[in-house]
This record gives sequence, structure tokens and C-alpha cells, in this order.
Amino acid sequence: MNIEQIDLYTQIILSLAGLITLCSFIMLGQGRLLRLVVVFALQGLLLVLATALAAYSFSNHHLYISAVITLVLKVLFIPWMLSRHILKLKMHRDVEALKNKTSVMLGGASLVIFSYYVLHPILADSTIILLNALALSLAVVLLGLLLMISHRQAIAHVVGFMSIENGLFFAAIVSTRGMPMVVELGVAFDVLVAAVLFGIFFLQISSSIDSLDVDRLNRLSEVDE
Amino acid sequence: MIAAYLILLLSFGGIVYFALMGHKEEIGRHNVWFNGIALFLSLWLAIEVFNSGTLLSSSQYFIVDSFNVYLIVLTAFVGLTTAIFSDPYMDHEKQLGKLTDSRLKLYYSMYQGFMFAMYLVLTTNNMGILWVAMEAATLATVLLVSLYRTPESVEAAWKYFILCGVGIAQALFGTILLYYAAMQIGDTENSLMWSVLFDNAERLSPDILEIAFVFMLVGYGTKIGLVPLHNWLPDAHSEGPTPMSAVLSGLLLNDALYAVVRNKMLVDGATGSNIAGLQMMGFGLLSFLVAAFFLHRQKDIKRLFSYSSIEHMGMMTFAFGIGTPFATFAALLHMTVHSLTKSAIFVTVGHAAQIAGTQRIEKIRGLIRTQPKVGWGLLIGTLAIAGFPPFGVFTSEFLVLLATMESYPWLTPLLLLGIGIACAGLFRNIQPMVYGDRPDGQQAIKANLWPVMIHLTIVLWLGLAIPNALADWFTQATILISGSAPL
Repeated sequence: MNIEQIDLYTQIILSLAGLITLCSFIMLGQGRLLRLVVVFALQGLLLVLATALAAYSFSNHHLYISAVITLVLKVLFIPWMLSRHILKLKMHRDVEALKNKTSVMLGGASLVIFSYYVLHPILADSTIILLNALALSLAVVLLGLLLMISHRQAIAHVVGFMSIENGLFFAAIVSTRGMPMVVELGVAFDVLVAAVLFGIFFLQISSSIDSLDVDRLNRLSEVDE
Repeated sequence: MIAAYLILLLSFGGIVYFALMGHKEEIGRHNVWFNGIALFLSLWLAIEVFNSGTLLSSSQYFIVDSFNVYLIVLTAFVGLTTAIFSDPYMDHEKQLGKLTDSRLKLYYSMYQGFMFAMYLVLTTNNMGILWVAMEAATLATVLLVSLYRTPESVEAAWKYFILCGVGIAQALFGTILLYYAAMQIGDTENSLMWSVLFDNAERLSPDILEIAFVFMLVGYGTKIGLVPLHNWLPDAHSEGPTPMSAVLSGLLLNDALYAVVRNKMLVDGATGSNIAGLQMMGFGLLSFLVAAFFLHRQKDIKRLFSYSSIEHMGMMTFAFGIGTPFATFAALLHMTVHSLTKSAIFVTVGHAAQIAGTQRIEKIRGLIRTQPKVGWGLLIGTLAIAGFPPFGVFTSEFLVLLATMESYPWLTPLLLLGIGIACAGLFRNIQPMVYGDRPDGQQAIKANLWPVMIHLTIVLWLGLAIPNALADWFTQATILISGSAPL
């Protein structure tokens, strides 16, 4: 299919899907925590655009509410909270060197291909927008997981966790034009509570191991002493 | 249906009540009252369902049928007995200086929060709300796991938070795919309602649902504690306060399995095959066997029994996976007896740990000589959970074995092997703790063992004879889940 034959909405959504995935890759290779949070906020902003666009195109008014909630929660509140913690714990100068950046990036790339492969049976008989956008949103979910595995700082884990939520939200927007309102409100509430709890945990962890390096959370294991 | 609303309102009110109430001596007793009323309401609900069949609220947001109503009663019952246990237990912890008044307030408030999330999981008809409530249960308990604020408990809570949060995110992706499949057959307004989906299951796209189920099983499977997603479970159980272990093992794991089975019913309808069941069987059997081996190398008494929970959840997942009416019946019975026995065991384990002042297995000795009730409680509880006759766990494990022989005879030896290994693993650790010499200066403590006795008596009763009303209930639930009666 030619690019001119696709309507404007689809073109924009596909571009946004690409950009959101790109954000995930940038986060994956990012060593500085503050920049990581900035990129995360940017991904949230792209998500808000996608939501607002879907709301406008399908005149699905409840999506405007979701867009506002996402804006407040994922673009403003959570990045603000995370950066405040980073500054308070004086971690903004730390560079977290990834030991094996190349393999992490290659792993990320293969996750994208894997997502296309997993969703192939569904996508075979659906539209082009779904084909790409749904696979990419699954890729964002998996890249978030990879981010959590490859980074050691608790803050990076939270960013990974929240970007997984971003991927899920994007999947809901493109495949079903948003979940029912009650569900979206419930999910947003859970994310909010989770964000607050993460803040509490940063304090608890940093007071118990004197840093936020989760590699040092190693007291509990199955290995015999 | 009113009873269901009242239960939700009551437990929600409980969160606010305990959060606002200034510290009082009788805060624990108030918690008992809250849960007692909930049990009363759940029985009312059960009678209503018994008389008039499936209840669906007019907004369609809530459903109570024969499958979830018995879990609601079970939840309320275990919630009540654990509340009775936690009153003196938490007071004792406070006397030891492990807790402050405000932490105690947090504990009771989140106890109700957890109960609220559990009731919501069980009563909701909306698959999206089901997910939200499941996640809310994690959020409610995560602060409880770190209640003591020791480095270990903070670590356990963090792992629990991250692993369950990420795990259950996969289930949301599955739910989105489910919604997508439902939207293709129209009716967008109620597309996530389980009852609507169930009625139209044959029209849902089998391809999409098969993929969706993989995500659901991994997602909710993290919560069930299926291997290899189980790592959070022993940590959270061993580091959190003991009443929390009792409700986590007795209720949370069951309700996560409930979510998987609800989804399986949809997938079965759409695909017309047991492909979902085969995945559950594989996952379940793996968890069962791995956990049985891990029982042998535990050094912490609460970790020991949390692995036993993984083992039993694995067996239930396996039995639901077989999917024949007989296996489903066995799984429902196993769910009930496991909840009752496991929560009773955690209650005694809590007392045993308080007597010895530690959770290390090698330091807990001579329980029968120090406080015979606790020692015998632990011994009998372990006998019951290991599947000795005449306890109910024996009956249900026996039925699972029979059902396996019927459908997949070549898997029976594996199950028998697992049961044998698990039994050995439990007893080599329990025997010296219960018997053996009493260490110097070990004192009996103030303990409330009524919950244990009541639970174990019911388990014994279920092993000797299943009351007609309960058998009818299980039969109806079996018909709902697998299409026909077990016998």
C-alpha cells in the first residue's frame, strides 16, 4: 500500500508509534538518570498526542479525559517526583555505565522483531495501523522490561515500570480506541498509587542500604550460606 | 446482590475507618468485627445464590455465581479467623518494640484494603476492573510486607512490588487483546463484561484469544506464584508480618487463579479446544515439582511453607488445566482445603516463631514441650497439608490423581513423585521443631489457637464427608466451568 493512500490519522499514529518506540530505545541506552526521566516524560507527551488525536478522529470524548490524566500523571507528576528524588539523593551526576551496551541494544532490536512475530496471527487479517502500532506497543512493553533488567538503579526500574504502562496504554488506544472509562480511571488510580509508593520505597531503600543500587539488595536468596 | 454491595462498602469503609481512627487499644478487636460482619454478609449472599442462581447486577458491573460465591465466603472466613489471630499477635509484636502505633494503624487499614481488593476481584463482572483490583491488592499489601522496615523486609517488598507489578502488566496486555477481540463482534459498551463475553465466546476470534491467554497466564501466574515467576513469594511471605502470610497464601493466590480460570472459560469457548488448559498443565506441573524439591533446602520456617503454597497452587493450576469436570471438581475442593489448612499453618508458625524468637528452622526446637497446643497445631497442620488421610487435602489430591489417570495416565507418576518429595521435605524440617529438647529459657506465649482448631476441624470434616450443600455448590461451579457435572 502506498503512503499517500493512507489517511492522515493513520499516518500520524504510525509516526507516533515509531517515535514512542524510539524513546524506549533512547532510555535503554541512557546512563544519566535525569536524562532518562526527561526522555520518559517525552514518551508520555507523545502518548498524550496520540490519545488526543484518537479522541478527535473518532469523536470519542472520554479519551480527552484520558489524555488529560496522562498529561498530569506521566508527563508532569511522575517525572517531577522522580527528578526531585534524584536531586535530593544527589544522583544527578552519576553516570551508570552499561557494561554491555551493544548486546542490550541488539536485544532490544530483537524484541521488536519478536513482538511482530508474536502478534502475527492477529495482524494477518487486520489493518496496517494495527499491524504496526500494536506490535510496537508490545515492543515498548518488552523494552521496558529490558530496561529494568539492564539497569541497576531503582529509579531506572521505576522508569521502566512506568514505560511498560505507557506501552499498554498505547496498545489500548490504537487497538480499541481506549478501554472503557471505568477501567482507565482504575488503571490511572493504580499508577498514581504505585508512583507514591515508589517514592516511599526510595526513602526506605536508601536508608537501609545507603544507595539505590538494587544490586545491593541481595540479602534474600536461595543460595546456601 | 445487596449483600455484595454491602461487603464492598464495609471493607472500603474499613480502610477509611482504621486510617482515621486514632490509636486505641481495641483496634484489633474492631478489625475482627469488620470481618465478622463481612462473613455474615457473605453467607447471606451465598444463600441468595443458592436459592436463585446466578446474580447479575442491573448495571452488569457485578456478578455472583456458584463459582465465585464460595470463594467470597472462603475469603470472608479466612479474613475473619486471621483477624482474630492478628489481634494478640500484633499486640505482642508491639510489646517487642517492632512496631509503632502508626504502623499498627497502617496495618489494620491496609488489611481492610486488601480485603476490599479481594472482594472486588471476586464480584466484578468487568475483566478490566478485575485487573485493576488485582493490582490494587498488590499495592495494598506491599507496604505491609515492609512493615518492620528491616533491610530484608524492604528488599522483599521491593521485589514483590516490581515483580508483581511488571508481571501483572502482561495480564493487562492480555485484557486489551481480549477487548480488541470483543470489539470485532460489536457492542462496545459492555465488551469487557465477562457475562457478555461468555455468552458470545464462540464468536470471538480464537487466534487473538490464544495469544491473549498466554499474556494472562504469565501475568496472573506471577500472582499465583507459578515457577519461574515465583521469586517474590517466599521473600514476601518470610519478611512480612505473619497474618499477612496467612491471607496472601490463603486468599491472594486463590483469587489470582480464579482470574486465570475465568479467562480460560472464555478461551475454551472461542477455540473449542483445551489449548489454554495444556499451558496451565505445563506451568502447574513445573511449579509443583520445582517447589517440592525446594522444600528440602529451606532454613526459614515461613519460606518452607511458602514453597508448600507454590507446590499446591501448581497442583490446582494443573487440575484446572486438565479441564475435565472431575478434575475441576477436585481443583475447587483443593482450593478450599488448601486455603483453610495453609492459613491455619501460618497462624501456628507465627506463634512458633514468637516462642522461639526467630524464624530459623534450626533454632526452633521442642515446641510440644514448651507449648503443647502450638506444637500439636503445627504437627497436625503439616500432616494435613502433606496430604495424609483423613484430612481434606488427601481427598482432593486423591481426586486430582484419579482425574489425571483418567485423562493423562503417564503424568500420574510425576504427581506421585512430587507429593512424596514434598512430604519428605516437610517432615524432615518439622519433626525436630515439634519434638526435640526444649532450649533453656523458652517460654510459652499468649496465643489464640481457636482459628487453627476451627480450620483444621473443617479440613478434617471435609476429608471424612463433604456436606451435601457444599458438594452441590462445587457441582454447580463445575458445570459452569467445564460444561457438565463431575459424576
